[in-house]
Amino acid sequence: MDAQRFFSGRTSFTDIHPAKLVVVIFLLAYPTFTSDFFTYQIGAYSLILGTIALSLMMLAGYGGMVSLAQMTVAGLAGYLVAILGVNSVGVMGLGWPWWVTVPVAILAAALFSAFVGAISVRTEGIYTIMITLAIAVAFFYFVRQNYVLFNGFTGYAGVEPPTLFGIYWRDPVPFYYLSLAVAAGFYAAVLYTSRATFGLSLQAIRDNPRRMSALGYNVTLHRIVAYLFAGVIAGTAGVLMVWFNGRISPGSVGVAVVIDILVIAVVGGMRHPSGPFLGAIAFVLLENFAIDLIDRERFNTVIGLAFLLVVLFSPDGLLGLWERIRRRIRFRRPTPAQAGHTQPADRYNADPLERT
Amino acid sequence: MFGLAKKILVAAALLSVTNVAFSQGTIKMGALATLEGAFTVLGEDSMRGVRMALEEFNYQAGGKKIELITGSSDASPDSAIRATRKLVEQDGVQVLIGPLSGSEGLAVKDYAKTQPNVTFLNGTSAAQDTTLRSPATNFFRFSTDGAQWMAGLGEYVYKEKGYRKVAVLAEDYSFPYTQVFGFLEPFCRMGGKAPIEARFWVPIGNKDYSSVIAALPDDVDAIYVALGGADAVNFLTQYEQAGGELPLVGGSITVDQTVLGSKGRARDFVIGTPSAGPISDTWDNAGWNAFVAAYKKQFPDGFPSPSLFAHGYYINTKAALLALDKVGGDLSDGGKKLRVTLAALSFDTPTGQVSLDARRQAIADIYLTEVVEGPGGNLLNKTIKVIPQVTQTLGVPYEKFLGYGQVGRENPRCE
Amino acid sequence: MRQFIERHTFWAIVILLAAAVFLWMIFAIWPEWLITALGRKKTFVSTILNGVTLGGLYFLVASGFTLVFGLMRNVNLAHGSMYLLGAYVGYEVAEASGSWFLGLTVAFVAIALSGVLLQVLIFRRMEGDELRQTLVTIGISIIAADLMLAIWTGTTYQFSPPEWLFGAAELPVVSVIKSSGDPVYIKYPVYRLTVLGVAVVVGIALWMFLNRTRIGMMIRAGVNDREMLAASGVNVQLVFALVFAIGAGLAGFAGVVGGTALSIAPGEDIRYLLASLIVVIVGGLGSVTGAAIGALLIGLAEQIGLAYFPTYGVVLTFLIMVVTLALRPQGLMGGR
Repeated sequence: MDAQRFFSGRTSFTDIHPAKLVVVIFLLAYPTFTSDFFTYQIGAYSLILGTIALSLMMLAGYGGMVSLAQMTVAGLAGYLVAILGVNSVGVMGLGWPWWVTVPVAILAAALFSAFVGAISVRTEGIYTIMITLAIAVAFFYFVRQNYVLFNGFTGYAGVEPPTLFGIYWRDPVPFYYLSLAVAAGFYAAVLYTSRATFGLSLQAIRDNPRRMSALGYNVTLHRIVAYLFAGVIAGTAGVLMVWFNGRISPGSVGVAVVIDILVIAVVGGMRHPSGPFLGAIAFVLLENFAIDLIDRERFNTVIGLAFLLVVLFSPDGLLGLWERIRRRIRFRRPTPAQAGHTQPADRYNADPLERT
Repeated sequence: MFGLAKKILVAAALLSVTNVAFSQGTIKMGALATLEGAFTVLGEDSMRGVRMALEEFNYQAGGKKIELITGSSDASPDSAIRATRKLVEQDGVQVLIGPLSGSEGLAVKDYAKTQPNVTFLNGTSAAQDTTLRSPATNFFRFSTDGAQWMAGLGEYVYKEKGYRKVAVLAEDYSFPYTQVFGFLEPFCRMGGKAPIEARFWVPIGNKDYSSVIAALPDDVDAIYVALGGADAVNFLTQYEQAGGELPLVGGSITVDQTVLGSKGRARDFVIGTPSAGPISDTWDNAGWNAFVAAYKKQFPDGFPSPSLFAHGYYINTKAALLALDKVGGDLSDGGKKLRVTLAALSFDTPTGQVSLDARRQAIADIYLTEVVEGPGGNLLNKTIKVIPQVTQTLGVPYEKFLGYGQVGRENPRCE
Repeated sequence: MRQFIERHTFWAIVILLAAAVFLWMIFAIWPEWLITALGRKKTFVSTILNGVTLGGLYFLVASGFTLVFGLMRNVNLAHGSMYLLGAYVGYEVAEASGSWFLGLTVAFVAIALSGVLLQVLIFRRMEGDELRQTLVTIGISIIAADLMLAIWTGTTYQFSPPEWLFGAAELPVVSVIKSSGDPVYIKYPVYRLTVLGVAVVVGIALWMFLNRTRIGMMIRAGVNDREMLAASGVNVQLVFALVFAIGAGLAGFAGVVGGTALSIAPGEDIRYLLASLIVVIVGGLGSVTGAAIGALLIGLAEQIGLAYFPTYGVVLTFLIMVVTLALRPQGLMGGR
């Protein structure tokens, strides 16, 4: 929230809220006091899912464009890593080195995301969710049926992250820090962008596209660039995802997963970049430990109910809920977030969906 | 704003510390099946198989108590690996039974290589390569694979039914490839034909077969159908609606209980269809009858007769328990002794004797069946013949079998 | 029509020629070169028929979707769940009563009621907040899919429609002349032709309802300007509830019709939701005529894809969507 101050260098150590310092230290020290399982499957996985959801949060929260194709974009990057790099299924696997595959995969994901943006931003806001859902489902069916490029139902296995500086990057601790670095980088970038000119005009476009258009802003271009940026975020997370699993198959980009990303972003909260990560942590913990508490069979009902409750009663997700609780407890002391609030009180009442 | 995240993480950290508790007197056994998604019914029957074996041993082996921890996947390899990792790394299971489907099996095998101290036994996953190519030394499969399941069927339809040329209709992924291979390999060796242009590979989950039905050639003697569950039911109904008259030959899951037990008229159409698989509902054998009786008694709300999923999980769980008994429940060496015992284990199952080959793959009996209507109106697979002790390489040496190449749409070419 | 021919003479000729070639391909005995190029005639004719009948089914599902959107601006992503629920409910009733038609009727009524409940209990509370409504429908569809799985499990269900709907009919279209000189007529399932008939009847009925009745007039007025309609003293909430009932009811109705043509199983909700989405994106949100055109296009594309290039069938459908969006973002018949 004070990204601008931070990046302009006018910040000092004492400006940072102690709670945030604690979180940073906690995240950095996390692997030292947890098991490999918690470092890898809970920690790193939450960070990856959170990063993908972050790309959705950016589009939806600042741009008013709810794209359900973000997991698809990530999946494309993951598939490209398997196709261009090395895999163990004997299909494709061109064997390019990682420093070629990874940038190419991310770039392709970004371009694909921009393409998704290009075909959806010319329509009304509510179309976006439909078009991107259609694209996501079509992509899923396509990779499942295409054997030449995507190896169909089986997909790819044996995808390895590089061994660099003598470190095997899928070992839990290095992989956790890698994911943390990526997540933190994009978190800061999104936070910074939201206060930079581009981000502010994007939010203004969200609130009133016609006014911005009349003011001489290229609304379509702004939105497509937002998609491009979101594509870089999702694509990078997609590369991490395929390294994390070591494999990718149509199930990795299936409808359920696509919806999971939306659930994570909405449940976490779409007003601030920390929301998606919060949602991801809650989701991953639930996914792993629900079976010990309730009948796993009805896991989706629990997820769906949580999602529904959040949409119905706390439109800003866990983040909003927490804010509200905190405000109630310490209502006298306004936080900088409230003081410097530039967003409308209710994101959902924003204008992009207004008829033109 | 970060407060809640912190609290959740702290809670998570606490959980991780408390959960590694490890008691001396119990052995933790994990069971992984599809308990969510469209295959839930099959996963539940799998768990019945596991429970039956455990019940038989009174939840004890080698003087130690067995603690069962279940894991669930949605049939995708990603979710199978996440569930496996949780069972192994978080819950600390020392023996794991599962998974259910082919691509999950391949994924779990790869994972097994990274956990040399844990012993993995297959559930019902039946992909050939799980044990055929680059097997994991700690992955054991006491159930047979998709090509083994077809043993004897090709010969039977060539000799007894007199079919010379068949069309093939199967889903487009590795399990049906394996089944088609297992069926065609002997069929074609005897002189049967299955032209490449008469093989139809439909996307999995395809519901509308009308275009395929329209394209089926008229000059074939039968259609070999390897579709599973909903897909098979759809095809059968639409084929009958379109006035199709060709006889069918079924893959193992085409005429499984899932299909026979389905509601609607598709079921009438499959009567008389020959098939082969690891079990047969009507095998008149004391061991099998006792197994079915125990299943029915223990699970009155289960299927009318145990499915091949209950059967596969039962056999693999029982193998684990027998071996644990033999080593006195001693896993202090990281399960080394257990795995040596498992590799040499040979035991009687409800479906005949099972032993392992050098790659820890089962050698077992296969049942040639034909669909008949049972006394209660239930459809059943009637046993025609038992093919004894089928090996993974279908009777030819390992090297030669590898020479056949990986299963695929055009293997064997059969021209 | 005449106006069109006068203004676009060239295109009119192209369209007429294409239609003539197409009719010739349906009714003529195919010469050798055509068979080498396209395969057997039987396959071609069946594929076209499959495409048209599937289009009919898609229209049944998508018309409700587009109708609801047209008036309420509500993108109901639980529409697929309504289709599936309708199928299950219809199945239970048909099994219990032995009457397929009763199943069909009850499915329509039950899902129509559930639609009204959704509108009254949930959507009315967040009117004008389209995004939130859409998110709610996603949540509902997640829960509905899971609960239906709990109740009806993963088993595949199939209806037993009346005997006379079952089996194949010979069409007056000759596929080949046998060496003996006898013509071989093409057979086609009666039920699929019935689906097409039902879709046409429903389409015409909807059109009549919207264009020839008082309520239809109100609905159309509401589509154009909701506030004005309310201002003119019409009980808008009642109209909304009615439209939601028809839209949802059609989904339930289509569930039984489609479930009989194919089968009922988990996952069908997503399939028909996707079909509805693409159909209305191509046809234009809110337009029933657009839904008909879109459904026909997508049905044909899907079946031709499945028959002639199976692995790329989805791409064909997808391409139609992308091209439409690029050229006419509002869809073929979309007004706004």
